[in-house]
Amino acid sequence: MMTSLLESIGYTGWVLHALIWLPVLGVGLVLWGDEEAAKKVAFWWSMGVLVLSAGLWWAFDPTQGGMQMESTTPWIETWGVSYSLGIDGISLFMVLLTTLTSTLAILGSFNYIKERQRAFYALMLLLQAGVVGVFVATDLLLFYVFFELTLVPMYFIVGVWGGERRIYAAIKFFLFTALGSLLMLVGILYMAFKANELLGFPTFAYADMLQLPLTGTEQLWLFAAFAVAFSVKVPVFPLHTWLPDAHVEAPTPGSVVLAAVLLKMGTYGFLRFLLPLFPVAAQHTTVVYVMLVLAVIGIIYTSWVAAVQPDAKKLVAYTSVAHMGFVLLGIFALNVNGLQGGLIVMVSHGISTGALFLLLGMLYERRHTRKIEDFGGIGRVAPLLASVFVLTALASIGLPGTSGFVGEFLTLLGVFETHPTIAIIATLGVIFAAYYMLPMVQKIFFNALDKPENREMQDLSRREMAILAPLCALMIWIGWNPTPLLERMEPSVRMVLERIEAAKPAGTLGATAEPGSGVVIVPAPADLEAGDDLDGGDRSTDDD
Amino acid sequence: MELDFSRQLHFFWALLPEIVLCTFGMVVLVAGVSGKYKDADKEPSGDPSFGTTADLGWLSLVGLLVAAGANGWLYGVTEVGQDSMIALDHFRLFANWIFLLAAALTILISFTYVYRQRLQAGEFFALILFATAGAMFMGGARDLIVIFLGLEVMSIAVYALTAFNRRDRKSAEAGLKYFLLGAFSTGFFLYGIALTYGATGSTNVTVIAASVSSGAATPGLLTIGIALLAVGFAFKVSAVPFHMWTPDVYEGAPAPVTAFMSAVVKAAAFVAFLRVFLVAFDGAYDTWFPILWWLAAITMVAANLMALVQTNVKRMLAYSSIAHGGYLLVALAAANESAAAGMLFYLLVYTLMNIGAFAIVIGVAHQAEERLYIDDYTGFGWSNPTLGVFLTIFLLSLAGFPGTGGFMGKIYLLQGAAESELWWLMVILVLTTVASYWYYLRVAWVMWMKNATSEGQHDLVITPFPMRLALIVCVGLVVYTGIFPGAAIEFARASVEGLGAFGGGLFGVAP
Repeated sequence: MMTSLLESIGYTGWVLHALIWLPVLGVGLVLWGDEEAAKKVAFWWSMGVLVLSAGLWWAFDPTQGGMQMESTTPWIETWGVSYSLGIDGISLFMVLLTTLTSTLAILGSFNYIKERQRAFYALMLLLQAGVVGVFVATDLLLFYVFFELTLVPMYFIVGVWGGERRIYAAIKFFLFTALGSLLMLVGILYMAFKANELLGFPTFAYADMLQLPLTGTEQLWLFAAFAVAFSVKVPVFPLHTWLPDAHVEAPTPGSVVLAAVLLKMGTYGFLRFLLPLFPVAAQHTTVVYVMLVLAVIGIIYTSWVAAVQPDAKKLVAYTSVAHMGFVLLGIFALNVNGLQGGLIVMVSHGISTGALFLLLGMLYERRHTRKIEDFGGIGRVAPLLASVFVLTALASIGLPGTSGFVGEFLTLLGVFETHPTIAIIATLGVIFAAYYMLPMVQKIFFNALDKPENREMQDLSRREMAILAPLCALMIWIGWNPTPLLERMEPSVRMVLERIEAAKPAGTLGATAEPGSGVVIVPAPADLEAGDDLDGGDRSTDDD
Repeated sequence: MELDFSRQLHFFWALLPEIVLCTFGMVVLVAGVSGKYKDADKEPSGDPSFGTTADLGWLSLVGLLVAAGANGWLYGVTEVGQDSMIALDHFRLFANWIFLLAAALTILISFTYVYRQRLQAGEFFALILFATAGAMFMGGARDLIVIFLGLEVMSIAVYALTAFNRRDRKSAEAGLKYFLLGAFSTGFFLYGIALTYGATGSTNVTVIAASVSSGAATPGLLTIGIALLAVGFAFKVSAVPFHMWTPDVYEGAPAPVTAFMSAVVKAAAFVAFLRVFLVAFDGAYDTWFPILWWLAAITMVAANLMALVQTNVKRMLAYSSIAHGGYLLVALAAANESAAAGMLFYLLVYTLMNIGAFAIVIGVAHQAEERLYIDDYTGFGWSNPTLGVFLTIFLLSLAGFPGTGGFMGKIYLLQGAAESELWWLMVILVLTTVASYWYYLRVAWVMWMKNATSEGQHDLVITPFPMRLALIVCVGLVVYTGIFPGAAIEFARASVEGLGAFGGGLFGVAP
């Protein structure tokens, strides 16, 4: 019934455009409107977009692995840039996660944001538009535009409405991310240059880039350029230092969106671009080991660091790094279980960490502190808040029956198939998760109710329950019944893996990557064909 | 209409926009000394946008409009042969659009400034028109001597403009500094012309190009000539290490003049630079490529690093302007059609975003030379939201952020560099761009993320009607070219077609 209803309104034809441009329209509405009404306008507008996006669940065809609901309009014809959108099993959940968490984050900021409300909600809507754009763009330059555009609203959200060291955090966030993404821009332009040369027409389209015969060495360079951009976003271990600062200083809604969707842009980039576009580099033994080891270090190290944080928000921020380490681990397992597990962790982390930040924001609104030691025994005065927090914390550490478990289990299963030792070490991360999360829960909600300020604490209001209820429901629903998600992801995940498989060298990998290494920059068309031939061996007819 | 340069009258037709500008300049100059307009020294009061001295500004704008009409008319004109002293190609006409637009915007943002600073309006606006005419000569010249004449017409007018505020010691200092170093660089330039003439036997760009690519030119003389010309141009585009004059001059000159310099003077120098090097010296690409490569790399790195520590907004924008010169040098080093078109496109958006930023700087400075420090912008955004958003857009555009013309310009330059496979220059360009985020965003954070230090700190910021007009044009076009750059890009590309052989762009491919 739902499907036919959606069909009758031509849903698939315009929904992706609407998901990007309706929030932009909302920006205008919020800015023109009244200061007091801004939050309501923003919330209902965003809610409308969420309802609209929900239709994707039914309109999406789970049997197809490729892009769906595609549309292409030439944008800058001279350069071959097009405004083309599409969605597949990888981006579907990211889009839904974005519309959901943006709406809840807006609802969650009603009491938190007291000044300059119009500007704030306008930026939130702009951020939402940008993030959805990142997930549905199927043109590399368009993707880059959205990828960079998300920086500006976030920069101002952290910098204007943030905590004490907000400016430092905002600029650090901005510079870290920009540094990575600009190198990716050079990579994108290199590919466009190659495409123009090899395919004979200027193009930035993702589908065309998949056809691009790149040599092994080229792939490794490009992989590096893209990987830096996405690793900063994820963040992967040594590049993660911006994240705790940004999270701690950001206002609650900023943290929620940052954790729930902005970080996913990084891992999404790995799945969407790095693996399919550079399959030779992505399964290069060294690359895989470097990524896996960085992921494991990220998991273990940040878990330890999280355990000693006196600031609850910073603790949760560090757990983000650990969770994203699991996603990375799953991706570089390079098998169905790993990739699907990674995707589920992405969704689950978005829901549970988003909820944790919202809950900490609610605690902050009540007590104006984030120090764990300032709380104690909250469970007795605010039982509902405590129960929701405990459930969320358990989902975050991956208790069976919650979404976190499904994701981490599949991830570890996937890694175990290919790299058992790493899987075993990473499993320690699950244990450490309990080690950092449970003491915090205990110190905040149990122990003695010994601080007089805490005795008057209000329990959840109806608005707050409305925010948390859908998130809790999703945590449990995914935990018990992940199949609807998995079946929608699987065809797309398999397509990514097919590309990896197709590029798998016959002999050892080093040998096939070798012939290309002499021709990083191919000087003239005559030489190119030679390079092409050399590389043609390790590439089947692909999946066009 | 067809122009045959064997008939002298036809030169007048070919130079119509320049002649119109010069005529209007003289009219404005003469009108300025008539009794009606001599009240500039009286105590300023009333709305400075209309009446008294402002009339001269509007008159100059009319002159620019007529010149623009003449420029448009030239599109319908073809020339016989391709070797006269004056080029009639679309490249020149596109460059003229940039100069005329920049001059018009400069005049629009200087109304109140001229009035409040009690500058002699007649001379001020006339000098701007003369300088613009000089820039147009440079853009349209197909002969080194004409380039030199244009350069001098422009430079001398700008020397005078720099020192224009005779009540301000900094202005005088800047004028003298600019004059001395400008004269010094002129020496290099002339000597370069002389040696090139010695090597090739001509000062005509077309003849030189033929002589250089056929190998008839004396190699030693030619190399030194190229090097000296490169130094001369490097002074004018203020490439590191020939940039020493720029920060002081930009800081000391009256703010509207700084805006004009950073747009028109730079654009004119780059346009002539491109024509001389990419067309005349195309065959000697291997000789000058390393020079330009290093100039570009050093300029980008040094300018962006030095801009990081500036506290004065005008000085910061001066270093930013040097840095943008570095990005444009990348296009010259790439020397292909995309890069040339990219340079034109970039000059256009750079003009818009830079003059826009300067307009707000003038506004914040109360139409004077005060409150020029970045700290003076604290809380500016929240007290003047529209201006704040505009300035943020200009800064993001200067930083090359998506959604603005600056981004598209940078992509175009990078594409040009990619086609010549200058990967390392591209990497340097993007890395220095990250550094530039810091100083552009610093203004944004001071503006939005800090609270005003005192109540009513920004109450005196005024934007009279002409300035608002200029700001709306700038913001509109910056955003438009950022979202729908297609038309401008195609226009730029069509403008460089047939300009030169562009043979040097690819290594190993003989021109």
